[in-house]
Amino acid sequence: MPVDEKRVKLRLENISQSYVVNNKVFDAVSNISLDVYDNEFLVILGPGHCGKSVLLNIIGGLEKPVEGSKYLDGEKLTGSDKRIGMVFQKLALMPWKTVMSNVEFGLQMASVEKTKRREIAQQYIDLVGLKGFEKSYPSQLSGGMKQRVGIARAYTNNPEILLMDEPFGQLDAQTRYAMQEEIQRVWYQQKRTIIFVTNNIEEAVYLGDRIVLLSKCPASVKQIYNIDLPRPRDTIEPKFLAIRKEISDNTDLAL
Amino acid sequence: MSDGKELKEDYKVEVRNLTKYFGGLHVLNDISFNIKKGEFVCVVGPTGCGKTTFLNLLSRIYMPSKGDLFIDGASADPRKHNLAFVFQEPSSIPWLTVEKNLRFGLELKNLDKKIIDERVEKIITLLGLQQFRNSYPHQLSVSSEQRIIIGRAFAMNPDLLLMDEPYGQMDVKLRFYLEDEVIRLWKEWGSTVLFITHNIEEAVYLAERILIMSNKPTTIKEEVVVDLPRPRDVADPEFIKIRKYVTEQIKWW
Repeated sequence: MPVDEKRVKLRLENISQSYVVNNKVFDAVSNISLDVYDNEFLVILGPGHCGKSVLLNIIGGLEKPVEGSKYLDGEKLTGSDKRIGMVFQKLALMPWKTVMSNVEFGLQMASVEKTKRREIAQQYIDLVGLKGFEKSYPSQLSGGMKQRVGIARAYTNNPEILLMDEPFGQLDAQTRYAMQEEIQRVWYQQKRTIIFVTNNIEEAVYLGDRIVLLSKCPASVKQIYNIDLPRPRDTIEPKFLAIRKEISDNTDLAL
Repeated sequence: MSDGKELKEDYKVEVRNLTKYFGGLHVLNDISFNIKKGEFVCVVGPTGCGKTTFLNLLSRIYMPSKGDLFIDGASADPRKHNLAFVFQEPSSIPWLTVEKNLRFGLELKNLDKKIIDERVEKIITLLGLQQFRNSYPHQLSVSSEQRIIIGRAFAMNPDLLLMDEPYGQMDVKLRFYLEDEVIRLWKEWGSTVLFITHNIEEAVYLAERILIMSNKPTTIKEEVVVDLPRPRDVADPEFIKIRKYVTEQIKWW
């Protein structure tokens, strides 16, 4: 993204989160400040159990931070907002509903009239490559296909920011490559600001315009990387591997 | 003939014409290969190619429709042979401490207490888990729990150690650490290992030989020998060449 087009979409200021566990204070996130630009693909990377999901939940308004504030287009936000949508690792699809009903659910809740919502949902079902599966149930789909339903559902609500919490975490390495190509294609065709959480360094370098590397728990920003490799990226090209190694060497080991 | 016989005795594991049908579904088709004693072999293949069925046959959870698996020349028998298994999800015994988990299988085999003590000490030291000796599995991270399961499997001194994507969902940093650790255990113990993975980089990093599986009905499409020195460098051009080649053989996405 050229520098002059950068506009701050979301701003986090001094976000901290703690919990009380067994009468002891446990710090999960420590003083994170971050600007997220409009239409960028931002990856939040960190070791396992470092507080990545906590940070995402705070952005999505699923939990309130102990300290700090967030701003969307300069306007202070408390709690959740329709302009911020979420895709989860554990799909949370409704098993008794078809692909179409799952995808249009948000619009149905927003009382959008049937023809209209079907039309919008169909557009995103087509976009994620599930045309022909509208009447299938989640149990009839493979892991990768279910995750596509989750992505289509999130897009259908037309959010300005899409939060993705390790969406490919439970897929095998090969299906994961396929879905990485897929999400990149979808993002290209329908630009949104994406905040994508992962613990997979290769995935981060493949997808991110920028990578925010978090420390081990309590999470703080360790470093921010600008990835200016051309897309689609080649995971075994020397430059790619060099960046991967640089980030890997800088990542905390969480045994 | 005498030459053939000598060669045969070098093999710890021989798989011959392994074939499996589930009703009309032909899953495995005539799989044959051998593993030398102390060899580290990785198996890769496209998603849904029948790797799990293949493992279940090797571990004797299923019996083959045709063909058989031989260990030291005899048809594999879980009552006679030691087949150890590590799954993707750690499978420790929750009510036993780390040390008791490590002792469990050895005690079942009625080994001498002195041998058990020795082996358990060796594993705990190799894993560097002395401080967790008396902890319970739920007090450990998932990765540490998995390390104990892997240690437990090696301590059994198995005839064949089968591993099914044990590092499937770990982050890359952790995976490198654990891969180095498993190589250390393997070298120290001299076990014969069959390691199944989806991750081609992992296969090239670990294996002496890679078996590439085809789509269903699955057979072994090709064998690739990896004779790079260790520790291996994932950015080494030779390494990348092999990784690229194997990827091309199974790429479906």
